[in-house]
Amino acid sequence: MADKRKIAVTVNGERYEREIDTRMTLADFLRHELVLTGTHVGCEHGVCGACTILLNGRTARACLTLAAQADGRSVTTVEGLAAPGGELSPLQQAFWEKHGLQCGFCTPGMLMTLTEYLNENPAPTEAGIREVLTGNLCRCTGYQAIVDAALMAAERMRIGA
Amino acid sequence: MATTSTYVGARIKRTEDPDLLRGRGRFVDDIHLREMLEAAFVRSPHAHARIKSIDVSAALAVPGVHAVLTWKDLPPAAQKRLPLLVPNPAIRDPRTQYCLAKDEVCFVGDTVAIVVAESRYIAEDAAGMVEVDYEPMPAAAELTAALAPGAPTAHSDQRDNLVAHVQMAYGEPDEAFKRAKIIVRETYVQHRGCGHAMETRGVLADIDPDMGQLTVWCSGQSPFLEKKCLVDILEWDPERLRVIHPDVGGGFGPKGIFYVEEAVVAAMAVKFNRPVKWIEDRREHFLATTQERDQIWNTELALDANAKILGMRIAMTHDNGAYLPWGIILPWIAVTTTPGPYVVRNISIDLKVVFTNKVPTTPVRGAGRPQGVFAMERILDKAAGEMGIGPDEIRRRNLVQPAQMPYEVGFIYRDGKPVIYDSGDYPTCQAKALELADYAGFAARQASALREGRYIGIGIGSYVEGTGLGPFEGATVRVQQTGRVTILTGAAPHGQGHKTTFAQICADQLGVDLDQIDVVTADTNAVSMGIGTFASRITVNAGNSVHVAAQAVRQKLLKLAGCLMETHEADLELVGGRVSLKGVPERHKTFAELARTAQGMPGFSFPEGVSCGLEHTEYFSPVRSTYCNGTHVAEVEVDIRTGYVRILNYSVAHDSGRLINPLIVDGQIQGGVAHGIGNALFEWMGFDDNAQPVTTNFGEYLLPMATDVPKVKMVHIETPSPLNPLGVKGAGEGGTIPAAAAITAAIENALSPFGVKLTQTPVFPQRIVELLEASGAYAEQGPRRDPV
Repeated sequence: MADKRKIAVTVNGERYEREIDTRMTLADFLRHELVLTGTHVGCEHGVCGACTILLNGRTARACLTLAAQADGRSVTTVEGLAAPGGELSPLQQAFWEKHGLQCGFCTPGMLMTLTEYLNENPAPTEAGIREVLTGNLCRCTGYQAIVDAALMAAERMRIGA
Repeated sequence: MATTSTYVGARIKRTEDPDLLRGRGRFVDDIHLREMLEAAFVRSPHAHARIKSIDVSAALAVPGVHAVLTWKDLPPAAQKRLPLLVPNPAIRDPRTQYCLAKDEVCFVGDTVAIVVAESRYIAEDAAGMVEVDYEPMPAAAELTAALAPGAPTAHSDQRDNLVAHVQMAYGEPDEAFKRAKIIVRETYVQHRGCGHAMETRGVLADIDPDMGQLTVWCSGQSPFLEKKCLVDILEWDPERLRVIHPDVGGGFGPKGIFYVEEAVVAAMAVKFNRPVKWIEDRREHFLATTQERDQIWNTELALDANAKILGMRIAMTHDNGAYLPWGIILPWIAVTTTPGPYVVRNISIDLKVVFTNKVPTTPVRGAGRPQGVFAMERILDKAAGEMGIGPDEIRRRNLVQPAQMPYEVGFIYRDGKPVIYDSGDYPTCQAKALELADYAGFAARQASALREGRYIGIGIGSYVEGTGLGPFEGATVRVQQTGRVTILTGAAPHGQGHKTTFAQICADQLGVDLDQIDVVTADTNAVSMGIGTFASRITVNAGNSVHVAAQAVRQKLLKLAGCLMETHEADLELVGGRVSLKGVPERHKTFAELARTAQGMPGFSFPEGVSCGLEHTEYFSPVRSTYCNGTHVAEVEVDIRTGYVRILNYSVAHDSGRLINPLIVDGQIQGGVAHGIGNALFEWMGFDDNAQPVTTNFGEYLLPMATDVPKVKMVHIETPSPLNPLGVKGAGEGGTIPAAAAITAAIENALSPFGVKLTQTPVFPQRIVELLEASGAYAEQGPRRDPV
């Protein structure tokens, strides 16, 4: 049956070693093996973006990435965004204040995409934010509150920086 | 006693959010139980076929597979067809689905077998190895063709595909048409796609064999409906069956019904004495989760010389798919919504509901209303064009006036009660929307754009929506011995912020902060009865239950504290989790003290007038629906080379009665409009001539993206409903309902220099280009008219 492979992955700063089926997706590895269920699976074909995580600091679709591909790499998930003390990140806080989430299912992917984007674009435009969000589908919010939250977070991070 | 409103009406951050933002939500697939098995379904690849034989041996031989079961392996009650959830005397054949197909499959995706295995990977491997020998049969595919004499029937034992033929009328429509100065006719082919919550469906069933206790978590909108069906299908003791909807990643209607997979998975848990989970994948969601799809509206409008509506005639055909999980509610709502905010004294409806070999249709956000509104709004646009008056003016002349409230339309609504608009000011609403959109300045904007070779247009859509449908929803408000307050309800949130809204309502009555309130939702153990979260009904039904229950608990607190403190109740106040003597806050009893006292001591009677417990359960039951309303104005630009439509401005004025939390209502409107944009421009669930689905992923079926949805400008009008204590109306669907009508009108207006008419949704870029081509727009000396 399925091939097995040993992998070592650092997730949110913590190192995990596991033996896994080679066909296991990174999303299932995070959700089932590590019980980090914040990463959500919405379409399993790479369009909806709910499963977006950071792999070595770059956004990736955890549904289209094999766990084995994360061997020796570091992964950041939504569980890794808040400060160690539990304080929400500026982006998470802005999502809360702007009502940037309703059902909350797409939210982890939205946060990961925007975390990368705002790190690279500290003074983003609304158009730029909308463009990067085309890789994440939301059925509830109509996106506006998410865009507003990203702009608010960027401003606060600039002031705080 | 009056209470000061601190929380109701305030723009408050949601209490649900911190967990969801940290990745600590608990959706059904986040629940992992020990010894849990996972399931996959074998589904029909044919729209219509007879099952000759099923060979499960190869699948069973896969290591890690526990069982492969078909219809004959199900317990006896699960071998029957599902119960018809919403009967109607007009239904000729109350056909519902088998949990697993007995001998005939009737749509692509129909469930044939279940594989239960150690993991979903293994279950899917094995599902592909189940060999089903099908004898394909002709399919009823397109709804008009399905009604033709001699058409293939969706089910082999049926004579035809007519589910129901409903005729309804009020006034004297034929006489009105005889009097008409002008009669306008058009046929609208309308398509609404799917719900597509970002979380697919899923169910986890857990059994405690020693206690005979079955617990079912599923991603749904109606826990009590789920329980009712499972009790029947599993022949289970209702007192030992608990259904919970944990965090639910969006619903939008399709999760409001009961599905065969839920029955089969629960039956598997019983059979194996182990937890069993099934999580739908997105392809299955396209195949097997209910949709709305196609309706054809033959619409006629009769008007007098002043453009006043005299009468309307509608012949509508609705594609119900292969089964009737929700009866004929959806098309019924569609046709009875048609008069909208306008005075229509005479109307006749001829509704045909059709079986096809497609996944069944049930309400998706808006629930047929977008189509009824589309028919009315588009025929008004056409009439305005023919009579040479503005689209705003023809509407203004026909609106129901505030002085006419309460206004009886003439129809019987889906709740069996007459459609009576309870309150609202439609002319003001329209005026505010037009003002927000700078409608008056549009002609200048359009002229200026045309000079630059840009095609912009504007369109209006108005609606009235029956919300807050009964019969009831329930809530218990309880002060705990810790001093905290708990609200328990069967209402089933999936993004609407119920927990925040209920806590706001309760906090004002009990004088506590939101962080002192815990809310338990969507659990059949929370209260004993419930209906579900759909039809924009929860703030009306459950919100008022919380309100009334909290008022009762308030009285109990005052009564008990008054006795203990030997004080008149009128001299007491509730502040910060205490009942205090007014002006002497140090003289008080805490909620915790009072709750412990109210729990009683063995053998000691309560003082006179005091009853046990600081809790109250209320099932608020509205006398009939309350009607919200709104006007949308869309302004778009069409790139005539590519057919791409950009929404430049979108303005909404709406009235959903008193607002509990404007932040949440804003979000409902913005999100609702986004759904309507999808319906207007993108979302098409396609089937070929054999009823084979052709759009089964998000590359083929497009959802609106962040670049497609503009900021919606909105103004809230608050006309309280007289039908409930809070004065609230529903707000969940109004954003979607008129959007396709307004956007389509705007596109048609933008393309009016070419005389293009739009009678279909969605309006794809390729359709726009085709119509432009047919109009000669790309010819060297293309026709150019003045915009109208």
